[in-house]
Amino acid sequence: MNKSYPMVMRVLVGVKRVVDYAVKVRVKPDKTGVITEGVQHSINPFDEIALEEAVKLKEKKAATEVVAFSMGGPKCQEVLRTALAKGADKAIHIEVPDADASKLEPLHVARALKKIIENDKFDAVFLGKQAIDDDANQTGSLIAGILDWPQALYASKVEPDGKYLKVTREIDGGLDTIKVSLPAVLSADLRLNEPRYATLPNIMKAKKKPLEKKSAKDLGIDVTPQTKVLEVSEPPVRQAGGFVDDVSALITKLKEKGFIKA
Amino acid sequence: LQFNSSRVKSTLVIAEHDDSKLAPITLNAITAASKIGADISVLVTGATASKVAEQVAKINGVKRVLVAQDEKLKNNLPERVTPVVLASHKQFNFKHIIAGASAFGRGLIPRVAAKLESSPISDITAVHSPDTFSRTMYAGNVVVKVQSSAPVKMLTVRGTAFEQAKDGGAAQLENSPSFELKTDSSEFLGQELSKSERPDLATAKIVVSGGRGVKSADNFKLIYDLADKLGAGVGASRAAVDAGYCPNDMQVGQTGKIVAPELYIAIGISGAIQHLAGMKDSKVIVAINKDPDAPIFQVADIGLKADLFNAVPEMTKAL
Repeated sequence: MNKSYPMVMRVLVGVKRVVDYAVKVRVKPDKTGVITEGVQHSINPFDEIALEEAVKLKEKKAATEVVAFSMGGPKCQEVLRTALAKGADKAIHIEVPDADASKLEPLHVARALKKIIENDKFDAVFLGKQAIDDDANQTGSLIAGILDWPQALYASKVEPDGKYLKVTREIDGGLDTIKVSLPAVLSADLRLNEPRYATLPNIMKAKKKPLEKKSAKDLGIDVTPQTKVLEVSEPPVRQAGGFVDDVSALITKLKEKGFIKA
Repeated sequence: LQFNSSRVKSTLVIAEHDDSKLAPITLNAITAASKIGADISVLVTGATASKVAEQVAKINGVKRVLVAQDEKLKNNLPERVTPVVLASHKQFNFKHIIAGASAFGRGLIPRVAAKLESSPISDITAVHSPDTFSRTMYAGNVVVKVQSSAPVKMLTVRGTAFEQAKDGGAAQLENSPSFELKTDSSEFLGQELSKSERPDLATAKIVVSGGRGVKSADNFKLIYDLADKLGAGVGASRAAVDAGYCPNDMQVGQTGKIVAPELYIAIGISGAIQHLAGMKDSKVIVAINKDPDAPIFQVADIGLKADLFNAVPEMTKAL
């Protein structure tokens, strides 16, 4: 084991409760949002990857403690218990009433995190690259900005190296590699790892792990929305155009449409 | 003559480039900026920024080009570009700060937004007014129209939703206000870009994509051969990328690239929600799949139920 790992690297991992990726979401008839009541929710898939990476670092003795956090309504505790079952040591729930949860913005999460980190030292924040509900892809960069920490987003490989993390990132034209000094913010891309399943014994054990609750009010942060939703709608539906019989019929159609020169 | 711009509404677009050429998505971002109706400034940062700035100065609608040329800005790490943007904002008091919704823009805009206490709006697909925008959520299954009351509107722009700005301008180059960089927290070590003669996936007029049905990396040659005959870019589904048939940066979908070509040919792709999010705005969609119940056929304009291993070579040969 590399002796130059920091003596105590504590990792804070963000987990968001989102509508499960396999659910086909439906817009409310009054166009104010999507229907989330009675719909299967789970941990945002990218956050599971971020958590898995933190737990793996702990198993390699490169991290000493993994703390999961989630901000939102009371049901966020379910995803925090799952995070505990997958290897987090403890959990912090920043609770907001359900009515306000849908108005939370990544900026508010970043503000909450700043307070938590001011109270209790962490060496890294790990997050998923985006949440699959709002698809915002903001929180990592916002947190890094608000803390003035370096950021390593879209990580597909993470190598701790003393006081640094060497991170291979997925960028538009391929991959790049950067080095960020700790403390740092990291966001996980799809191919960073394969998250583990929570086993039944670990789910039982997770019930005894500490889960701390704090409110946005306790933290003294401003959660005034800056973005007002005016209308939520479904995108125009595409009509299926039907089948052609064979390749030559397909080519004829493409010629008609001018994609292939006749 | 230095006019006091703090009373004039103005927009800053942050240029993306590879040290020699402007990234095309910046042209889409400039078009989105022009819909806001304010004066447009473009900030070019980097080790060879003035060279790129000359290209930017020729773009129609650009009023001012701010140049921050510094060896320390090579590769444009977000930790180093942020102070430059903030220094420029301090001087010119922009109402909007905009970049393309690429890995670069997504990494930079929220970082700057945090410093300005502004909630960013990601990946906008329409500008309705200076404070009202549309974007999609839930893998493109929901369109949301939002109004921002943020002190500075911090936006990333979906490239495929806006035309590319054309040449025809004659802006002046200007040095950016001075800035102070910390360089100890992050370092660029290197990159490995996928080399390809084919058109860029994000801007290609025709895209041919392969999925799990292609079954191996070797078989992907079928996809490349067809693409080459059509002069097309090549994409892939997540399943094909995860299985190692092709590199990650070819992935089309919610978590990969979003494309909207004239023609999209999906081969051996079932059409999961996450894939459709990346291609369903294509003008014409063709699907080749042996499963007639594959969801891709519900969005395809032309479907061909066939074994791709027969159909694709036959098609390539016929072209």
